[in-house]
Amino acid sequence: MDDKMLARIQGDPNYQSLVKERTSFGWTMSIITLVLYFGYITIVAFAPSLIAAKISGDITVGIILGAGLIVLSILLTGIYVVRANSRYDDLTRAIVASATGAVR
Amino acid sequence: MSRKFALAGPLLALAGPAYAAGPIEAGARQATNWTAIIIFAGFVLLTLGITYWAAQRTRTAKDFYAAGGGVSGLQNGLAIAGDYMSAASFLGITALVYAGGYYGLIYSIGFLVGWPIIMFLMAEPLRNLGRFTFADVASYRLAATPMRAMAATGTLVTVAFYLIAQMVGAGQLIELLFGLPYLYAVVVVGVLMIIYVTFGGMIATTWVQLIKACLLLGGSTLISILVLAQFGFDFNALIAKAVELHSKHDAILGPGPAVANPINAFSLGIALMFGTAGLPHILMRFFTVKDAKEARKSVFWATTFIGYFYILTFIIGFGAIVLVLPNGIYHDGGDVTKGLLGGANMPAIHLAHAVGGDLMKGFIAAVAFATILAVVSGLTLSGASAVSHDLYASVIRRGNVDEGTEVRVSRVTTLVLGVVAIILGVVFEKINVAFMVGLAFAVAASANFPVLLLSMLWKGLTTRGAVIGGWVGLISAVGLTIVSPAIWELVLGHPKGTAWFPYVSPALFTMPLSFLCCYVFSVTDKSARGAREQAAYEAQYVRSQTGIGIDAAAAH
Repeated sequence: MDDKMLARIQGDPNYQSLVKERTSFGWTMSIITLVLYFGYITIVAFAPSLIAAKISGDITVGIILGAGLIVLSILLTGIYVVRANSRYDDLTRAIVASATGAVR
Repeated sequence: MSRKFALAGPLLALAGPAYAAGPIEAGARQATNWTAIIIFAGFVLLTLGITYWAAQRTRTAKDFYAAGGGVSGLQNGLAIAGDYMSAASFLGITALVYAGGYYGLIYSIGFLVGWPIIMFLMAEPLRNLGRFTFADVASYRLAATPMRAMAATGTLVTVAFYLIAQMVGAGQLIELLFGLPYLYAVVVVGVLMIIYVTFGGMIATTWVQLIKACLLLGGSTLISILVLAQFGFDFNALIAKAVELHSKHDAILGPGPAVANPINAFSLGIALMFGTAGLPHILMRFFTVKDAKEARKSVFWATTFIGYFYILTFIIGFGAIVLVLPNGIYHDGGDVTKGLLGGANMPAIHLAHAVGGDLMKGFIAAVAFATILAVVSGLTLSGASAVSHDLYASVIRRGNVDEGTEVRVSRVTTLVLGVVAIILGVVFEKINVAFMVGLAFAVAASANFPVLLLSMLWKGLTTRGAVIGGWVGLISAVGLTIVSPAIWELVLGHPKGTAWFPYVSPALFTMPLSFLCCYVFSVTDKSARGAREQAAYEAQYVRSQTGIGIDAAAAH
């Protein structure tokens, strides 16, 4: 990639939107994951009796939280893929088309 | 014993399958299990056939290292799941739940939560910047020689510790399950792995992972359904029965004593979560797909399969308490107060027998062996790539080497690594290797992950910062593990309480230390090279975001 092409891509409004949106979305999702997981670890470390507390029958808070974290992890990655497949891929296609088209 | 378990416990599920309660006595070998051997022989024949087919298609370096870049997102997701769900997950977590209840499930959760982070921050730039190894990415704009030397060392250390745990685990497991001598088992694993990797490269390795992942997911699903069927598909009834039967009763629903210390809980949590994002054999799989979109799909499928599997460990673990614990036929001398036949890692295998008889047990035993074989193959390919692609081609030959030679070096390295793995498996037979996968995760989180993440996302990183941060993370993680109770007391035999570093995992300290060194030695780097590297970030960033310039994009 030469400097001219680099400057052109960086000046492309689509590129600026892509970077801004994906960076903020990626970090937001990461922080959600980190807060959920380390929140869970905090409960394990400081309130272990809460983990063993029974909710219904012998199903405990710990089992619900654990299974919930696993299901949430899958859901969060799924949400990211759905958004990336539409919005980010569209933007990327437009950026690549304008960058390579202009070179030809 | 309970003290020992509290110390060793947190590393067990990470570790080879064979050590939930110390080494297994040699006398525990079981009668030759023909069902298991026939099913496993079927797996071997099928995978050797695939290797033959893959060998015809392995011509270029890209074929060898990255399966030609033609793996789909779904296939790669399943293969990643195959690489990631080791026998330690299946046998180790079941054994931990069997012994301590909920404690084991903390691992199930910790092993999964690294995946969303890989998705949100790493998968796409990783694919857009790398070709064959994660060192490609880390050295993209930094000085190739010191970066690759550091990254290759991080890779080889991670792979070596992981490999030893798997080889020793394989030997012990096969001795127990198949009734074969330890040495045979280690040699069989070593030889098959060499054949898969040298002839079939990444294509064969990928297919071995795919088949193994399907077998493991299918087998676990079947066991879970059969367990739940005994309770009218009422999970609550299963838990209630487990609490009633287990000697610890209600205590099995709590996290247990091993993570009662908050520093242990957090350090373990960090090692599990971020270690995943620094495992070289997992990172390498991202280069087998054609673009960032497929890389992202890979993570989604991997997360789904792995998450599904770990949910099943809840059912399988408590199922083992209910169906194996009170049944005399699974215990030494038919006495339920005595240890399990074959050792403490056998609950999953006995559970298979309890719900499906000899056939099911043979099937699950074969799946466990296939699992180890597949993981070992992935590890070896990753180690061989670090030697040929990073050390030989870039560090020794400074890039003046043709692809054919590089792949030949990789094949020879595979052979050497296979022989070394067999030797290590024999040498470590009697040694408690429980700490080794824990060490691999700690090194991955403390050396590979910080450098890789910062090289992609932080403009300010320079070679000086990355090299110092990477080495400091690597050396401190290995060093603190050596002076932790798992090695200092249990392996080296120093008296209890003399370990300098009293925690289960160093990651809570060594990962931030590595980040800090990367930062400090980059911002104080006033060299011209450092300035050039920071300036080169812009072009790297554009490529990491758009994929412009990667092989697939260059084709049109």
